[in-house]
Amino acid sequence: MENRIDKNSYTIFFAIAMVLIVGSLLAFAASSLKPTINENKRLEKQQNILYAMGVNNNDEGSAVFVSTEEAPELFSKYIKKQYVIQDGKATENDQAYLIDVKKEQASAKAGNVRKLPLFIGEKDGQTFYIAPIRGKGLWDAIWAYVALDKNMVVQGAYFDHQGETPGLGANIKQRFFMDDFIGEHLLDASGNFKGIDVAKGNADPKNENKTDNEVDAIAGATITGNGVTAMIKSDLKLYKSYFDNLKNN
Amino acid sequence: MGLLSKKDAKLITDPLADNNPITIQVLGICSALAITAELKASIVMAISVMAVLAIGNVVISLMRNIIPSKIRIIVQLVVVAALVIIVDQVLKAFAYELSKTLSVFVGLIITNCIIMGRFEAFALANKPWRSFLDGLGNAAGYGLILIIVGFFRELLGSGTLLGYPVLGNPIPGELTGLYKYGYENNGFMLLSPMALIVVGIIIWVQRSKNKALVEDN
Repeated sequence: MENRIDKNSYTIFFAIAMVLIVGSLLAFAASSLKPTINENKRLEKQQNILYAMGVNNNDEGSAVFVSTEEAPELFSKYIKKQYVIQDGKATENDQAYLIDVKKEQASAKAGNVRKLPLFIGEKDGQTFYIAPIRGKGLWDAIWAYVALDKNMVVQGAYFDHQGETPGLGANIKQRFFMDDFIGEHLLDASGNFKGIDVAKGNADPKNENKTDNEVDAIAGATITGNGVTAMIKSDLKLYKSYFDNLKNN
Repeated sequence: MGLLSKKDAKLITDPLADNNPITIQVLGICSALAITAELKASIVMAISVMAVLAIGNVVISLMRNIIPSKIRIIVQLVVVAALVIIVDQVLKAFAYELSKTLSVFVGLIITNCIIMGRFEAFALANKPWRSFLDGLGNAAGYGLILIIVGFFRELLGSGTLLGYPVLGNPIPGELTGLYKYGYENNGFMLLSPMALIVVGIIIWVQRSKNKALVEDN
């Protein structure tokens, strides 16, 4: 027994057999679970978009989504139009929420024109323009859904992350941080795009001055905060021409 | 008497105290530092390590007579990596919210020294049932320390437990609870070095209670 399993031929046979068995097991698990996982992601996106425009079950301090069961129904109720903006032209497309921002960013780097999804929601007579954005945090990707009004003033935001440090950078998805963005202006007084800085040493920690283009940073999460600032500046800027057209018409 | 013989029960109870993987064997420290800033993450990590270690121990134990010794470490690594990936996929499909809390930590399980250590030291030489108990015991011992560290770090660092504010409201201008008397959250508790210090304190307390654990030089 001892001899047989220590032979080189047996070792090689064992390695090959193991790779085949484990490989097919993983492939089977991945392919059979993929539809369920994709469906979860799709519903999550709907929940995120609804959250940004204020359709959510928030309680006192935490960020709570509408349930996955309600999400599709509420999504079609509140989201009136979905646009894809390409080359400055906005075309209506009711599958815009399936656009993968990550892939679009990669293809923009390769020289293609980026497709920008934009969702137009209506709630209590107010119109929300919701844009998905994506950037880099400390460890991995961060992304957000930002709801704007037609003057590019933030009406709501939902931030999420792949793997920021729990208790520090991960707090960007806490309400105390996200709610600070509500009312912040993306444009400066003369109408140029300025973005919003996640600022440390902020003179306005209670966030009362909404036109200073600054929100208070999370202590200990400088790089994640910088990522949020950069993501807002680079991605939301792309939507400015759309809002300019909106105002002129 | 009971479900477990005395010898089997020791497999569970030993790693909880006198042979704890973190405080005595000093294994699995890296993940204990990385994820204990929040109690919830500590608990979820403890449960997933328990699942991976118990199942992995059984799998390795079942294969112990056919694994060629030359490639046994690779075999162990493949088993733990496959299990972790499957756990991750199943969570994503059926417990999506939970899988999002876990995200990075699932990957960290692969690098957890306790798992490879138990495969190598126990499962390769013992029958499946005993290996299963050993896996449960060691994961429980690991989880216990994680939860203790997570408890203190979240309480003193953020003033919350499982996300609920327990020390009052720290927002300037509307202070309540302890904060009214000048208490402030200790941001240092949220950084990894403090986890090392908390683990050190636990080791200190444990050894001063049980002199048998102290090694003589």
